[in-house]
Amino acid sequence: MTEIRNEGIPFDTKYFENINVNRSAVERRTASLGGRRTVKKEFQAAWLLKAITCIDLTTLAGDDTAGNVERLCAKAISPVRKDLLEAMEMADANITTGAVCVYHNMIADAKRSLGNSGIPIAAVSTGFPAGKISFEQKVEEIKKSVEAGATEIDIVISRELVINSKWEQLYEEVKACRAACGDAHMKTILATGEIPTYTKVAKASWVSMMAGSDFIKTSTGKEVVNATLPVSLVMIRAIREYQELTGIKVGYKPAGGIQKAKQALDWLILMKEELGDEWLQPNLFRFGASSLLGDIERQLEHYVTGRYSAGYRHAMA
Amino acid sequence: MKVKEIFNTMAYGPAPESTAQANEFLDAHGRTFELFIGGEWKKAEKHFETINPSSMQVLANIAEASEGDVNEAVTAANKALKDWVKIGGRARARYLYAIARQIQKHSRLFAVLEALDNGKPIRETRDIDIPLVARHFYHHAGWAQLMDTELKDYKEIGVIGQIIPWNFPLLMLSWKIAPALAMGNTVVLKPAEFTSLTALLFAEICQNVGLPKGVVNIITGPGSTGAALVNHKDVNKIAFTGSTEVGKIIRKAIAGTGKKVSLELGGKSPFIVFEDADLDSVVEGIVDAIWFNQGQVCCAGSRLLVQESIQDKLYDKIKARMEKLRVGDAMDKCIDIGAIVAPIQVKTIDELVQKGIAEGNQMWQPSWECPKDGCFCPPTLFTHVSPSSTIAQEEIFGPVLVAMSFRSHQEAIKLANNTRYGLACSIWTENINLALDVAPKVKSGTVWINSTNVFDAGSGFGGYRESGFGREGGKEGLFEYMKPRIEEQFSEKPIKPAVQKTKIAISEGIDRTAKMYIGGKQARPDSGYSIIVKNPQGEVIGEAPEGSRKDIRNAVEAAHANGKWAEMTGHARAQVLYYIAENLSARKAEFSNRLMQMCCYSKADADAEVEKSIDRIYTYAAHADKYDGQAHQTIQRNVTLAMPEPVGVMGIVCPEEAPLLTFISTVIPAITLGNSVIVIPSETAPFSATDFYQILDTSDVPGGTVNIITGPKETLTKELAKHYDVDGLWYFGSKEGSKDIESLSAENMKRTWVNYGKYRDWMNNEQSEGTEFLRHASEIKNIWIPYGA
Repeated sequence: MTEIRNEGIPFDTKYFENINVNRSAVERRTASLGGRRTVKKEFQAAWLLKAITCIDLTTLAGDDTAGNVERLCAKAISPVRKDLLEAMEMADANITTGAVCVYHNMIADAKRSLGNSGIPIAAVSTGFPAGKISFEQKVEEIKKSVEAGATEIDIVISRELVINSKWEQLYEEVKACRAACGDAHMKTILATGEIPTYTKVAKASWVSMMAGSDFIKTSTGKEVVNATLPVSLVMIRAIREYQELTGIKVGYKPAGGIQKAKQALDWLILMKEELGDEWLQPNLFRFGASSLLGDIERQLEHYVTGRYSAGYRHAMA
Repeated sequence: MKVKEIFNTMAYGPAPESTAQANEFLDAHGRTFELFIGGEWKKAEKHFETINPSSMQVLANIAEASEGDVNEAVTAANKALKDWVKIGGRARARYLYAIARQIQKHSRLFAVLEALDNGKPIRETRDIDIPLVARHFYHHAGWAQLMDTELKDYKEIGVIGQIIPWNFPLLMLSWKIAPALAMGNTVVLKPAEFTSLTALLFAEICQNVGLPKGVVNIITGPGSTGAALVNHKDVNKIAFTGSTEVGKIIRKAIAGTGKKVSLELGGKSPFIVFEDADLDSVVEGIVDAIWFNQGQVCCAGSRLLVQESIQDKLYDKIKARMEKLRVGDAMDKCIDIGAIVAPIQVKTIDELVQKGIAEGNQMWQPSWECPKDGCFCPPTLFTHVSPSSTIAQEEIFGPVLVAMSFRSHQEAIKLANNTRYGLACSIWTENINLALDVAPKVKSGTVWINSTNVFDAGSGFGGYRESGFGREGGKEGLFEYMKPRIEEQFSEKPIKPAVQKTKIAISEGIDRTAKMYIGGKQARPDSGYSIIVKNPQGEVIGEAPEGSRKDIRNAVEAAHANGKWAEMTGHARAQVLYYIAENLSARKAEFSNRLMQMCCYSKADADAEVEKSIDRIYTYAAHADKYDGQAHQTIQRNVTLAMPEPVGVMGIVCPEEAPLLTFISTVIPAITLGNSVIVIPSETAPFSATDFYQILDTSDVPGGTVNIITGPKETLTKELAKHYDVDGLWYFGSKEGSKDIESLSAENMKRTWVNYGKYRDWMNNEQSEGTEFLRHASEIKNIWIPYGA
């Protein structure tokens, strides 16, 4: 990719201190969008294939082993049954997921399994999911993951800094993480389910971008409330304004709770409407998901055959 | 298209809603529809075509009701009335509930048919119009159930003629029919010529639920059909939604007939954006304000007022958003804007846009083009528009937004009110202090804070000024479809105490000079003339100033200059009212004596009138801090405040009889709610009123609150009725006088309240005091306040 990375800008509260997000209006926008835009038939199939290419296929469980990570990587390389791709004349399109996403410990297994597929490995970091480790440990963890072969690092921010409006401290923390990432791309998880208001979500988005995040991301998937359309709208509007200010395009990753093909389409439509077509590509958009792929496969089979599908007809991850 | 190609472009594709079932419905009727009269389909002699404006294809032929057909429909409604009233609210509730259910069961057919006929997007009919229709019938099924217990002082009005517009065909039908039926009325409804189909499907629903024949009659046709309905002698009320122009014609046509009327007319509603608003949300609000239903919305936020500090930023955001709007066939589920209802409307919109350009305003349209094969108009933005431009003043009724800037909230309010209309207003700020400061100051029936174009059956909707009068929805809307039972007791002749034959001493001591009272000061008449006043025995009892149109002008100006009274709290106004009563009580003998002189009352009758006057002031002092609004239960996450606001500057033409008591009984309720009034007291007995200004002077009533003009009643009344800056007018006099008032008031849509020559017994509390008077002295403003941290 020849794109320009976000190197961040100096901390200045003036860009975000006057932000006021109106919750009801934001919710009204996302609630009506599904009625304003939809894609059907071959359009839906194409959009769902695109969604697959934007998935960070994820496993983040205490019982992850080399075995299931291997399976996950195999699925990432070959996410859709070949006969379905052929029926859609997409067999030669190199459809893979956007990345696989694992804990630090599993990077080596993933790297081995992915071989020369070119699929990036994303590692969650900085004391994921709660982030309650020392700052030094956070930086250390990032460096180790990059050394181990992760080219994308998903960091979690310290929520207490958002809750107590310690914006400059948050900026410094995220900036240090970005430095530790080196060439690896950094996705900054806000854990929006633990941020009390949309206004603070918007401010945290701004601070994260100002500190050099390549992506901003909603959730760890471990909070009670994870990715929602309204919270995404708040974050991507911040991305848009940041671009208007700096010319830099920051990526977006909703994560957690996105399990259905219909939801994936809702997000793609939201990105297209609010940010534009560039954000429909894996370099600027990712889903953090594990079971989403299965539902998309079923919908694709329905498109190809006209019959509703069954989960067992598709290879498991 | 190949999957791979789409995969690379990530374009949207067609997403058509099926029209199969709607076409089946049309075919089943042979694509020809007749008139629904007395529960049967009656063949009409003539028919006209209705088109699908997205494709210009003919959908069906619609019956054109003749005058004879209208007569038949009204007769059917009249015939059905008695039984419909008799079965009671609880039985009527069952029918309304059944209608609501039927609408839900056939919701998609209604939605598709509506979108085909009107051109509005299927998204809107499916997600907004039809659910609101069902909601309206549910809500009013509830009111029907409660009428016999909660509203037992009221009864039905009778046969209602209803004329509805083409922009929300079925929704407007529901707004008209649901409350009318609930309150025991029967209806003859005329849909708009462009959009009759869903009303005809609704007629079938009425048949299916077994609604008694004649309760709902649907007659289709052009304006002449509507005119026949308006002018039919057996119609007791006209409810109209449409243009201000036609509204005025209707108001004039039925003036003096005693027909009630509610008019929901045009608008040029302001959409005010303050610098602290959530601007991205504002942009979506604008989409909902002016690109909802192609901008063919009476309450469309068509006048964008934006704080100067953020105007460029906001205009850029709006333009970026406009680039992303999609215009297309109403049946496409992937569009924002559908087709304009008919070619003639496209032409009108185009002409106004051209005029806007010609007048030097900056016009902007997105780079893409509209489809060519239907009635489509591109979304259009005019910026830096001056308030004097045609496009800033006239309702365009299309997807055209005109924008101008303001410097302060005071200026925003002035610009917002710089219009003849007053239907709705949208205010965007994250500062609740600012929002709630501005909301009451904008003259409009609805105020949406940080939202726009939200409706619910539980909230009243209607206008100020030339946007019409009456409310639809909420409890306030029910009053349009019922009348107080007490009116049946009114007399054909004035009720007053008997004239005594005994001689009364007219003058004692120094000659008294009665003056007029304007702006808190005694004033000589501009004419320099006086009128000799005689009592019923023919004795001269004094001279009253001969007021003229210039005195009316001065009084209206003085009333407007009085900002104090309306701003006082109810409690503070109550104290002033009690003080008035106290001061009147102290001068009981003098006022009693005056009544004896002027009217030749017995002392007992005179004393009784003074005593009743004091008591009546007490009543309104009691009401002053208790005539509350409501917090409505609406379906969105809102606080919806229904606030009674004073009408503003009101004219009051007092009855001739009982000159002190009627002066008190009319003036006091009006000022209780914060109105300023210009009073024309009894012409034959004006001195109770002119004596009274001394009491006003000593009771802390701010100058301009009550202005008294004596003189030739008929002339003065007409001046008041014609005056553009008088907001409301009460008239208690003859039938002919009532007609003049209603007719002359049509020009600026004054709120009139006249007695059509029916007389109250002013000594009777039930007939002559209470909330009925306060209701006519106020307008309900609904303020929607969505919340959420």
